Amino acid sequence: MTVSAQPPHSPGQAADADTPSPADDANRPATREQRPKPAVPQAVADAALDVAPDKASQDAPGAAPARRRRGRAATLTLGLAVGLLTLSLISAGTGAYDIAVGDIVGSVQHRMGLGGSALDRVGESVLWNVRLPRVVLALLVGASLGCAGALMQGGFGNPLAEPGVIGISAGAAVGAVGSIAMELTFLGDWTVTACAFVSGLLTVLLVYVLARSDGRTEVVTLILTGIAVNAFAGALIGLSVFFADNAQLTQITFWQLGSLSQATWPKVLAVLPCAAVGLFLAPLFARKLDLLSLGERPARHLGVDVERLRLTVVVLVALLTAAAVAVAGIITFVGLLVPHLLRMAAGPGHRFLVPGSALGGAVVLVGADLAARTVANPAELPLGVLTALFGSPFFFWLLRRTRRRQGGWA
Amino acid sequence: MSVRTLAALLTRRTRQLPGRPAPGDLVADVRDVRVTLGGRRVLTDVCLEIRAGQVLALVGPNGAGKSTLLAALAADLPAESGTVRIDGRLAADWSPPELALRRAVLPQSAALSFPFTVEEVVRMGRAPWAGTRAEDEDDPAVASAMATTEVAEFAQRSFGALSGGERARVALARVLAQRAPLLLLDEPTAALDLRHQELVLRVCQERAAAGDAVVVVLHDLGLAAAYADHAAVLHEGSVAADGPPGEVFDAKLLSSVYRQPVEVLPHPRTGTPLVLPRRDVQRGEPRP
Repeated sequence: MTVSAQPPHSPGQAADADTPSPADDANRPATREQRPKPAVPQAVADAALDVAPDKASQDAPGAAPARRRRGRAATLTLGLAVGLLTLSLISAGTGAYDIAVGDIVGSVQHRMGLGGSALDRVGESVLWNVRLPRVVLALLVGASLGCAGALMQGGFGNPLAEPGVIGISAGAAVGAVGSIAMELTFLGDWTVTACAFVSGLLTVLLVYVLARSDGRTEVVTLILTGIAVNAFAGALIGLSVFFADNAQLTQITFWQLGSLSQATWPKVLAVLPCAAVGLFLAPLFARKLDLLSLGERPARHLGVDVERLRLTVVVLVALLTAAAVAVAGIITFVGLLVPHLLRMAAGPGHRFLVPGSALGGAVVLVGADLAARTVANPAELPLGVLTALFGSPFFFWLLRRTRRRQGGWA
Repeated sequence: MSVRTLAALLTRRTRQLPGRPAPGDLVADVRDVRVTLGGRRVLTDVCLEIRAGQVLALVGPNGAGKSTLLAALAADLPAESGTVRIDGRLAADWSPPELALRRAVLPQSAALSFPFTVEEVVRMGRAPWAGTRAEDEDDPAVASAMATTEVAEFAQRSFGALSGGERARVALARVLAQRAPLLLLDEPTAALDLRHQELVLRVCQERAAAGDAVVVVLHDLGLAAAYADHAAVLHEGSVAADGPPGEVFDAKLLSSVYRQPVEVLPHPRTGTPLVLPRRDVQRGEPRP
């Protein structure tokens, strides 16, 4: 369900993304040839998610005692953290210029003043100007998307809610693309982020108003609203494409397909405030989201100010999604896939699910970005295309399962 | 600092904890309440007093306004005119967290968006007390609510995998675990078998004996007669009769309210009124 308008050409910067500076080029050809094939990163990401078996489906009677769930949540957290660290190191070391993991650790230690030693000039430049901003950005974007997905599903009381599926990502992209096409620069580096945030927020509010009736959000209404919002956003993006010149076109295409190839430290800084605020505040509402799963009225009977909670969640989702979209474009299904896998493994309690989904999202996106950079080497796959490729079948399966349990859509 | 402490710090505000009402105290008070839903007048000038230590049964035919009255009492629905007071204060003036310490509500049907286990659902009933001294009671409250409603044996099963009657009991356990001085139960016996119907009303009686006020919507007039201290018969949005079941359950009144001839007999052994439909007269021709 990504934007349907097809781009006229693919992003041009894909293959040279790893180029630190022209001066370093002399060292590159030799290393490029010797580079060993990396392990398929998606498999690593999957392995990390498989730390606890996801066989404990919610329907198995007596299969998931609360204590075991809690133990499993702790194991999962640890597994995901270890997986994230490992993947980040692999990702930072893999590329046209390979760096050994030990050398990366040494260089990081050196910069932190904890011993270790710096790499040679090229290595330092590749690591600190190209790879690390990209890994950190993948981490932030993934965490934001995963967390936004968990929040949204909890807030709407609907396991199919996801920023990409219901059009929030596309809505945020409209702001980003529009600000590029109209050459807005009123906030400097933050202009695109701010525009993405505002249009993302408006989209969330629109979906919120359109998809609810009688205080409930029906699955069908939600998905149909998503189609409408995605179509409208697609049209607006198409309009921007039509009026854009060639340079802008490249940038706009980047937003449509989703990519981290333009990662720089300023970009990381531009997205950091939004992501940090969202990620730190989100777990505070976990307990209330648990209560909300009883339904709106019962939640109110238990002391939850439901309207205020929903609005807060909506703003947080907009904040997180906008942060992600503003730097990485439209990356769908991470927010759908990650919370679902975690819910199957460790139960639906939001106290684990919200922060856990942030961690899981980071793992998936760091892994997916590594895959995007390496599987079609030397070309680079657009990240959003890759996640949609894996996410869409999962979405099909989820739709079928939900329908089976409800006995049709009615 | 754990997330929970941080959350407690950020969300803590001065909450007034409820006192324990003495038997006979006015816990909630409905005055001249009028409610219109979708253009239809559902409640017309309803007055009702709810006192601690009593089980009040709301009875009446379908569409008489029982659930609407309960929703007005729960502060879910704003009254068009008239007032609903809970614990001496207008229901609309309480904040949701304060209200949750004072009344617990069992909805007619229990739903759940995500596959929580039975124990987790019951524990949700303790949420209003988070950050108060009563938090120490969480474990005993959950355990005793589950034991009372006989759901402890499937405490670790997923709520979605339960039968309708089991879900209803889990929902009741959650409401009992909340330990609020006012219990509002909307048809708690609808999905239950004979044994559990009796069990639920015994629980109501025990809670009333312990000093709580219990309002329960019932369709089974026999149950209402046997267990309620007080019964209010609703008819077309207003209270047709209000008083002890022995006085209120009059064959003539019930026959006209339900549009079905009924007879009321004293139980041969206990003397409790038994309300039975009269099957020997033609429908539509009630004879006094």
